[in-house]
This record gives sequence, C-alpha cells and structure tokens, in this order.
Amino acid sequence: MTENRMGARQVELEVLRYNPETDQEPKFQRYSVPCINEWCVLDALNYLKDNLDPTLAYRWSCHMQVCGSCGMMINGEPKLACKAMLRDYPGTIRIEPLAHFPIERDLVSVADDFIAKLKRVKPYIISDGKHTIEQGEYKQTPAQLKRYRQFAMCINCMLCYAACPEYGLQPKFIGPAAISLAHRYNLDSRDVGRDERQEEIATNEGVWECTFVGACSDVCPKHVDPAAALQQVKVASTVDWYLEHFMSWVKK
Amino acid sequence: METIQTDVAIIGAGGAGLRAAIALAQEAPNLRIALISKVYPMRSHTCAAEGGAAGVIKPDDSFDHHFHDTVGGGDWLCDQDAVEYFIHEAPKELMQLEHWGCPWNREADGSVAVRPFGGMKIQRTWFAADKSGFHILHALFQTSLQFPQIQRFDEYFATDLLVDDGRCQGLTAIEMRSGQMRRFNAKAVIIAGGGAGRMFPFNTNGAVNTGDGMAMAYRAGAPLKDMEFVQYHPTGLPNTGTLLTEACRAEGGVLLNKDNYRFLQDYGMGPETPKGKPVLKTMELGPRDRVSQAIWGEMQKGRAVKTDWGDCVWLDMRHLGEKKMDERLPFVRDICISYLGLDPVHEMIPIRPVMHYMMGGIHTDTKAATSLPGLFAAGECACVSINGANRLGSNSLVEILVFGHRAALSAASYAAGVKPGNEAALTTQAEANQSRLRELFMRSLGKETVAGLRKEMTDTMEEGAGIYRTQEGMDKSCKKLSELRRRYQDIALHDKTNVYNTDLLSALELGNMLDCAEALMTSGRERKESRGAHQRIDFKARDDVKYLKHSMAYFNGLETPRIDYRDVVVTKSQPGVRDYSGAKK
Repeated sequence: MTENRMGARQVELEVLRYNPETDQEPKFQRYSVPCINEWCVLDALNYLKDNLDPTLAYRWSCHMQVCGSCGMMINGEPKLACKAMLRDYPGTIRIEPLAHFPIERDLVSVADDFIAKLKRVKPYIISDGKHTIEQGEYKQTPAQLKRYRQFAMCINCMLCYAACPEYGLQPKFIGPAAISLAHRYNLDSRDVGRDERQEEIATNEGVWECTFVGACSDVCPKHVDPAAALQQVKVASTVDWYLEHFMSWVKK
Repeated sequence: METIQTDVAIIGAGGAGLRAAIALAQEAPNLRIALISKVYPMRSHTCAAEGGAAGVIKPDDSFDHHFHDTVGGGDWLCDQDAVEYFIHEAPKELMQLEHWGCPWNREADGSVAVRPFGGMKIQRTWFAADKSGFHILHALFQTSLQFPQIQRFDEYFATDLLVDDGRCQGLTAIEMRSGQMRRFNAKAVIIAGGGAGRMFPFNTNGAVNTGDGMAMAYRAGAPLKDMEFVQYHPTGLPNTGTLLTEACRAEGGVLLNKDNYRFLQDYGMGPETPKGKPVLKTMELGPRDRVSQAIWGEMQKGRAVKTDWGDCVWLDMRHLGEKKMDERLPFVRDICISYLGLDPVHEMIPIRPVMHYMMGGIHTDTKAATSLPGLFAAGECACVSINGANRLGSNSLVEILVFGHRAALSAASYAAGVKPGNEAALTTQAEANQSRLRELFMRSLGKETVAGLRKEMTDTMEEGAGIYRTQEGMDKSCKKLSELRRRYQDIALHDKTNVYNTDLLSALELGNMLDCAEALMTSGRERKESRGAHQRIDFKARDDVKYLKHSMAYFNGLETPRIDYRDVVVTKSQPGVRDYSGAKK
C-alpha cells in the first residue's frame, strides 16, 4: 500500500530570503534538503529550519489545510505549503512569499491590507433584531444553508490575492476573499445587512474592479470559487440599478 | 519601553479569547480590551476542531444526561459544580453562535441538527459538517470585527505576566514585526492561550500549541491542575498525526484489527453492533480513553496492522458511501487523500492513537478565576475541571464559549474595583523581562540547540507519558526533563535580528513547553492509580480513597515542582463504574 512513499529524496530548494535589517534587497538562497517522498513542502521547510538554517522565517501552524497560515508562492503559484506535496514537484522547488504583498521577512508577507479589507465588508450577521436568543434558532433549511455555505469555507489564506492580476495592479481592489465573505453574509437567510455591504463592494474598488480572469478560483485550496461570488454580486448590483431606476421611472 | 494602557488584556485570540473579547465589548462596553495573540485570530488552533459541540437542545435529551455522560466520562475527576454550570450554559452559547451566523447543519425543517459522539447517551453534538471548530472560530472572529473597543494586537508574543502586590496587573509581549518588547498595563488579564500538545512528538496540535499561557501563569505562581491527564485521540493519521474526527465513527465507521475483527468488543465495549448503525455509548462510540487503550492492547497482542509508519488498526468507512462521506465528512476525505493517498470511500484507512488534548491546565474556579487575583483563564489552557480524567468529544468547543464568556464577566467585575498599581514596581519587572531577553540574545552559541532539546523533550514525553505508564518510565522522564530544563539555560540563538525572529520565538516556546512538561510528568509520577487517561501498568485500579483529588503543581524555579492535592467537588454523582458495554441497553 505504500509504493515508494517512504523513499528518501534530496530536494533542492530555492528560497527567497529577505531581512529588512540586514539586506538591501531579497535574494534566493539554495538548500539541499533530505526529504521523504510523502512529505509536503512545509515538511521540507520544517526540516530545513530545524537542521540547516534556524534563521529562516515563515508562518505555519495546523499542517492540515485549515488555519491558512502557510500560503506562499511555490514554483510561481500561490499554494498552501502543507497542501503542496513533494510528489508533485520532481525538480528544484522555488519558494517565495505571496505575490502582491510587501515582504515582512523571508516568506512572511505583510497582511495588514487584507485584514483591513476583511473588516471593511462587515462580515457578520446584521440582524433585524426581532428574533431573540430565548426564541431559539433561526430556522434555516438545508437549501438555505447551501446557498451560502461554499462562500463560508474561506480560510483567509490570501492565495487568491496573490493570484489576482487586478489586485497586483490596483491594491485598492477589495479583492476576492473579502468580497466572497460579504456575499456569504448577503446570502444568509438570517441577515438583513446587504444594503450596507453593497456600499463597500458594489463599487469601483469592489466588484467592478474585477475583470473576471478567474485566477482566484483556480488557486483556492477550499473550492470557495470567489470568481462566482464576484459575478453574482455584479449581477445582483446590476439588477439593483435597474430596479432603482426603472421603479423611479414607473413612479413618475 | 512603550506601554499600552488597557482595562482587560486577553492573551490568545482563539475561540475562548474571542468569546471573552466579544462578551466584554457587549456587556462591559466602557472597558478597553486588548486582544493579544502570537498569530492572527483565524490561525488559532480552534480552527482544527472537526466534530462538533455538545449542548442539550432536543426533546429526548436532558441536562441530567449531559451531566452524567460528562462526569462518568471524566472518571469522576470532574468538579460537579463546574459541570452543572457548563451544561446549563452550553445550549445558550451554541444558540448565540447560531445567531452570529455559524453554519450549523440543519434538519429538513430548518432546526439545528445533532449527531452522536463518543461516550454520549443521547445525540447532542451540534456540527458544521466536519469543520465545526473552523466555523466557530471564523464566526467569532468576524463577529468581533464590529466592536471598536476590541483592540487587537496580532502577532504579539506574550512573554510574562506582571505581578505586584499579590495581583496580576499586566504583561509584557514582543511585537513580532519589530522585535520590540511592549508592556501592557491591565486591571485584569485573561489567559486563553490554548493547549500544549507540541510537547509530544506525535500529536494533532498546531505549531502554536506550546503551552505559553499555562507556563506564564505557572511561573507567576498559579498552580497547574491535573496535568497528567493527556488525551490520546484514537484516530490519527499514522504519518502526520492529523486528526480524523470521532464523527468518522459516529457516522458509522468501524475499527478493525489485522484480522478485520472489531476488537473493541474484547475491551468491555461490546457486544458488536451492526456495521454502519452505531449504537450510542458502546463499541466505536465508547469514550476516547477506552478506545485508545484498546488499540494499544491490540498492538501488544500482535493483532495490529503493520505499516511503514508502525503499528496501526483500520478505520473502515467504505460502507458509508460517497454521498454521505461528502455531506458529513468531506474534510476527512480530503485529508486522507492528501496525506495518505487513500480515499476512504474506497479504501480502509490505517490509524493510530495520537496525543490530542490536555485535560489539565491552569487551575480556575467555576468563575474562571485562577488563584492569582486579577488573573483569569479559559479554554484548553485552563482546568476548571469539567473534563476530569478524560474529556468527552465535543465538550471542549463548548467549554471555550461558556468559560470564555464567564472569564470576561469575572474580569469585568474585578476590574471595576481595582486600584492603580505601583508604577515603579511594574516598570522594574517589565525591564527585568526585557533584560532576560537581551541576555538570551547576547549568549554565544554553545552546543544546545532549540531543535535538539525539543527532540529530546518530545521523545521523553512519549516514553514517560504515553497511553500506559509506569513508575520507572515516569521517574526516568522526570529526571530527563529536569536535566533538559537546566541545559535550556545555555540555549543560544542563531538569529540575532529583530524582525519576525522565529528562532527567538521557538526558543521561548520551548522554555514554556519544558515547564509544562515537568509539571505534567511530576504530577503523573505521584498519582499512583489508574483513572481515565492516566493508566498505570503498576497501579491498575482507580483509588478513590487516595486520589479522588486534583493534582496541583506549583512552580519551583529550576527545582522539581511541588505537588499538592485538592478535593474534587462531588454534588450528586458518587464515583461508580464506567460501563460502556452495550449488553444491558
């Protein structure tokens, strides 16, 4: 059952290093790391840190694809290091911090912009205040749950921002994950906050910045499909616009 | 040193810390709240919990059932007044999360669905597929974003508490981005720093679970309680230790030995139940301690499955079918495919018990207060004693909510009566903390390394504090840990720079783990009985005369911790027999 999975392999890593205190600019450092075939890239990094170079900085925690810490560019693609299996990388592996974010140090990106955007889209239930805890749960059928569930799967790993060409060009763009999250609450049967969120996301910095390249959905490790969320928001806000203008015309 | 003035400082921004912060913002809106964490909140290990959260809601259930399941499951080491409070608050907290948008699975009529879990007489586990902890954490984090009073200090590594005049008055922390030490002056401090599973080589825990909160409180004089009770989860992936939720069995998965025999029936958890139709509180739905011990038994008898990763048993879920797997256990399927290359829809999965959870932690009373005035604690880092000698699956996700909330209320009312502290004394302490750090930077490299000492620590933890323990094994490990704590004094850093220095943080984390590890091993060595997760080959029986007591470990510098005992609170359930046989049902 374990054909060559436990076999050893020497893996060549090219890791981008940058320490703002000592380096003028980022540069690649090469390491040769003894690995087990079944490892993921994160295992190789952990071996490297423990045995070859304790000064390398990167984020990680759960090693099970859910905490969202270990996003990095692996051979030019945004990946979770704990989900990038060595078996899929036969040659030298080039590892860089996530594209489109400033580098804090080595593979650690500055996440401030993303964190601020998450907050901006009001990602929480805005209720009408009529239903109290004492009255029990909001009834939400499996069909109603299914409407938004996929968009609730986002682990905030920021891979979609690293993949998005628009975000690379225009950092004001609220971006795939935050807009998907807003959409998730807009679709939730318990929520009445859509109008407030639309003010943030149905704008030029919001969905209208998106040119529907779809790279966000390609790289999403959790199949959230942010591109679909963005398209749905675009359609809904177009409908809003027509309703508003058509209705005011009817009233005349 | 830059000083941040706040009213309540919370260390840790996982489930318990976030719940506490939101409770403070809502119920004490005039207080300033500093939420301090070494990681962004959504990276906290709450995200990795899979199965669900227990709360009485269905008409066939009762508080009494939840009480007795919990107390019996904990082998009567639970404080029953704490359990009573816990079970009554549980449904309220879960309902609150429902109102905050947690995507709980639903029945056809739109009400919240529940699933069975190990050791529970009635189905009462609320769940969001097999990502319950993830959804709870994100619902809390996102909800917290609406409160301007909650000031977050993401990626700040708390180093020490500031204690003067016999009370906790703040802490020092390293701002990881700059490497600078900051001081937080607070009227009250809540520790919600999570577990310490990284002390063990094979564990389900994230890299963050290094017992920082426990160690900080312990060094400040608050005792660690019942540290010897370590939960081994029966079903971990054999190579990575990744958790496969108990819901695998609750949804119908079965455990088999190398002869495809459902061996749990040989360990007091039979008779065999129909495959795919699990019966509550027996066979695969026995409690975690018993199931892990049974797997260990099969290994001893040579009936385990030999794999490249050592002895395992099979978890067979093939009969669940693809549809149910994808609806109820999609994450489990992904993980098995990713890390083992095996699809549980078509293949049996080799598993082995893996260190998962610390029942012990910072001693608190039922109000989440530690024995140090001004210091409160909640979640896995705390021991309010609802878990006793063995936690039931799906009680911990509720514990973080109930006692996170409780800690907030206690801290708010305490903060209201606090007088200003002695500024000069606090400054001296904060500067001493900074000097210790500088000294660590100055030390020149010797032969001790973080990775080297950590390896020796995890090895000795596994040897001494595995599923079955002996006096000889624990004595040896105590001696080893004492040696490692001394050698740790010579540890030096390779990285002498300031920005995001993970060499430094790993060294501090190792120090924290070593402190917790010695408290654990010493408490275990002194408990000469078998109870729940503390099973001794040399003392096989439970001894209620001598040990119906909590172990209390007190920090003693570089010397062995002092162990004392505290009576268990018994209200209505006298210690009895834990019966998980299905025959009488």
